[in-house]
Amino acid sequence: MTAWIDTLLQGVMLGGLYALFAAGLSLMFGIMRLVNLAHGDFIVLSAFVVLVLMTALGLDPFLATLLAAPALFGLGYALQHYLLNRTIGRDVLPPLLVTFGLSIIIQNGLLEVFSADSQRLKAGAIETASISLGGGIALGTMQLLTLASAIGVILVLNLIFYRTELGRAFRATSDDPEVAQLMGIDNRHIFSLATAIAMVVIAVSALYLGMRANFDPTIGPARLLYAFEAVIIGGLGSLWGTLAGGIIIGVAQAVGAKIDPEWQILAGHLAFLAVLVLRPRGLFPRAGQ
Amino acid sequence: MALIETRGLTAFYGDFQALYGIDLRLEEGETLAIIGANGAGKSTFLKTIAGLLAATPESVVYAGRPIGGLSAPQIVRLGISLVPEGRRLFPSLSVEENLAIGAYGRHDCGYWSLARIYELFPALAARRRAPSHTLSGGEQQMAAIGRALMANPRVLLCDEVSLGLAPVVIRNIYAALPRIKASGSSIILVEQDIVQALQVANRVYCFQEGRMSLEGRPAELSRDQIHTAYFGA
Ligand SMILES: Nc1ncnc2c1ncn2[C@@H]1O[C@H](COP(=O)(O)OP(=O)(O)O)[C@@H](O)[C@H]1O
Ligand SMILES: [Mg+2]
Repeated sequence: MTAWIDTLLQGVMLGGLYALFAAGLSLMFGIMRLVNLAHGDFIVLSAFVVLVLMTALGLDPFLATLLAAPALFGLGYALQHYLLNRTIGRDVLPPLLVTFGLSIIIQNGLLEVFSADSQRLKAGAIETASISLGGGIALGTMQLLTLASAIGVILVLNLIFYRTELGRAFRATSDDPEVAQLMGIDNRHIFSLATAIAMVVIAVSALYLGMRANFDPTIGPARLLYAFEAVIIGGLGSLWGTLAGGIIIGVAQAVGAKIDPEWQILAGHLAFLAVLVLRPRGLFPRAGQ
Repeated sequence: MALIETRGLTAFYGDFQALYGIDLRLEEGETLAIIGANGAGKSTFLKTIAGLLAATPESVVYAGRPIGGLSAPQIVRLGISLVPEGRRLFPSLSVEENLAIGAYGRHDCGYWSLARIYELFPALAARRRAPSHTLSGGEQQMAAIGRALMANPRVLLCDEVSLGLAPVVIRNIYAALPRIKASGSSIILVEQDIVQALQVANRVYCFQEGRMSLEGRPAELSRDQIHTAYFGA
């Protein structure tokens, strides 16, 4: 019994990581209907940015991420402004092709600069710390922090979405970009801000990606897959749904691994397929669409 | 000087030409009606003025200034607001948010505020927190007009505000016009409902297949003239 509770809790916390991966993707898709196939590679790229800042300035990973965030915000704005905005239109293919191309460029660029060696964002004692809940169950501090960060990120994004004028503009533009322009909203600027914010979320994902496990330039696409599944499970455009989606995949993987370690990844994908079959529009599809 | 003047305005959807040289004037304080059969180009005309379709600079002049081809956000900042055909409220925004977004990026205090819109359309006040897609057709139209007014426009462009509404609802909406005019807006109304349009307009233009087929004051136009201009000879 204790073992199963432990498995479940581990799964939920792993889900926090997947929800973090997925939040940026969900944000960009929700506002622009843009599927960023380079999402996972941007997470890896950001992890390398954090790594470089850590080694150059002798910072710990958290401070380095704080420092990287504004730069990544700027990178996201520029990326959308100069490249992705040109691909958005009636046709869904151009953004897919361009972000697929970006994915390959980023992977090869990182391989060129950093080689294929595994890296890690060393965080010190916190990596192995844990909190005992009694009854033989202990939660890793790092795992808890990941889940708390995922919830925090989604809370902040929801505040932006539902409590600010910018968030109102995000939702309006997502609903009807043509009429949004009639309100004086410059869609291209709104889209660029959305990608800029998504890049900050990516920076937070990168922090936990790099602290929890080794990373190298090639692991982006697999993160994209988990993120994608979490977004679809949750229902397109719902951030809390994305958190739920991440947790479902995490729990499925933990349970799968408990039965047989080889089943971990497969169990996550099976959970995704099961939700797709039962609720094709996801668990929390957006109203009015 | 006219508030808005179009000079040989043309509009295209790809290769298809929808407007063939429209010359129209809106004087300050006027209410204009544009009538015409389905597909005559009325919505296209309003959308072009509002900046949603391309135009050459000199083909739309606003208070003496060429504005043709400016972007829609630029045009609304200048004081021209469009109530689009079919209301097109934002479904994921509440009624109040739909109104508030009409004043996006503005911090000037003009005549219109949320409170004044609720005064104009009391039905909206009761539904302010409701998701906009739960409103009745008439309430949706009121919200769409209120949303456009929140920008405190000098020119209000209304595209078929009475479409699909019951006569009593249409009367309610038209009853708001005097107050809107008194707030300082000049108005261009696109209507299929000719009787309604002739009642409120100072002047009427009729469109036919992308061209202007008739212009005049309602009192000076005969039924036959309008019939011919509307349906063709
Ligand atoms: N988005 C569009 N793409 C292509 N053709 C269009 C589009 N919108 C309108 N049209 C065409 O332009 C002409 C004028 O349409 P419209 O301005 O909507 O007429 P009205 O508002 O007078 O009914 C019609 O022939 C219509 O089919
Ligand atoms: Mg029309």
